[in-house]
Amino acid sequence: MDPVKVIEIKKSIFEDNEVDADNLRKELKTKGVFLLNLMSSPGSGKTTTLIQTINLLKEKLHIAVMEADIDSNVDAVKIKEATGIPSIQLHTGGMCHLDAEMTRQGLDNVDLEGLDLVILENVGNLVCPAEFDTGSCKNAMILSVPEGHDKPLKYPLMFSICDVVVINKMDVLPYFDFDLEKCKEYVHMRNPKAKVIPICAKTGEGVENFAGWLLQEVKNWKN
Amino acid sequence: MHELGIVFYIIRDVKKAALENAVEHISGVVMNIGEVSTIVPEYLTHCWRWAADKEDLLRGSELKINIIPAVTHCDGCGQEYGTVEHGKICPHCGSENTWLLRGNEVEIKEIEVPNS
Repeated sequence: MDPVKVIEIKKSIFEDNEVDADNLRKELKTKGVFLLNLMSSPGSGKTTTLIQTINLLKEKLHIAVMEADIDSNVDAVKIKEATGIPSIQLHTGGMCHLDAEMTRQGLDNVDLEGLDLVILENVGNLVCPAEFDTGSCKNAMILSVPEGHDKPLKYPLMFSICDVVVINKMDVLPYFDFDLEKCKEYVHMRNPKAKVIPICAKTGEGVENFAGWLLQEVKNWKN
Repeated sequence: MHELGIVFYIIRDVKKAALENAVEHISGVVMNIGEVSTIVPEYLTHCWRWAADKEDLLRGSELKINIIPAVTHCDGCGQEYGTVEHGKICPHCGSENTWLLRGNEVEIKEIEVPNS
């Protein structure tokens, strides 16, 4: 007799999460709530972009924000102070991303009644958040000018799953070797359907284009 | 940090499989890990040791890793080539119209249970 018995499993570790994510999306569709998953590397300006976007949309939509970080609640406090909309902080307990189950736990703490849009600010990271479907309706990511135009080549998965790529910090373009046209070309190599929107979150320039895209997507989702 | 998260997902799935198969102790878990899956095998086994030893089901168990070589398919000329060596651009025809055929796997292949 062999010392060990082998049981074949042959299962991707992402499989269960994908099922959870699809179920969550279906529930959100029934409730008419649109969930946006916003990703980027740390320091790209996610929170500032969100504040500007929310201030453009808060008269038109009922919005809530879930901030995911490994620790601290600075982002949730900042959003609440700057926009007045409800914002909760999720702690991932050391994990570098959110999955569908964690997203659901977060949503359980948000009053979804009458809400149109929930924005999930994922952990700042270009690797793991791309691997785990959160159950969001659309994915957006922010790439900031100082990070360089070659990021789509280095983190292909992230760019291939995003519906929108926001290029932030356009105001500092003269000081960096960032080539916007090259960047668009690299994004489209990974994902021909991705929309690229250049903005400057600090001054608000271009943010109306991102807000306009989001408003349209929320309307489409509710139909 | 990335690998520790992955280890927690492996443990979750392995626990489920153990329950389904009425297994009380697992001595080994065999993984298929793609060459371009962004997982560093050494980190994964290191994290495994730390996390698996906290579980009765998995104490002392070994994580074995099969590396699946990454292969890219070229739509330009229909040929295949090694992804790690040549990247995005086809070495046969120079086309950029290529996609990953395999090498992205993070898959539990099988579990090993001591025969008693």
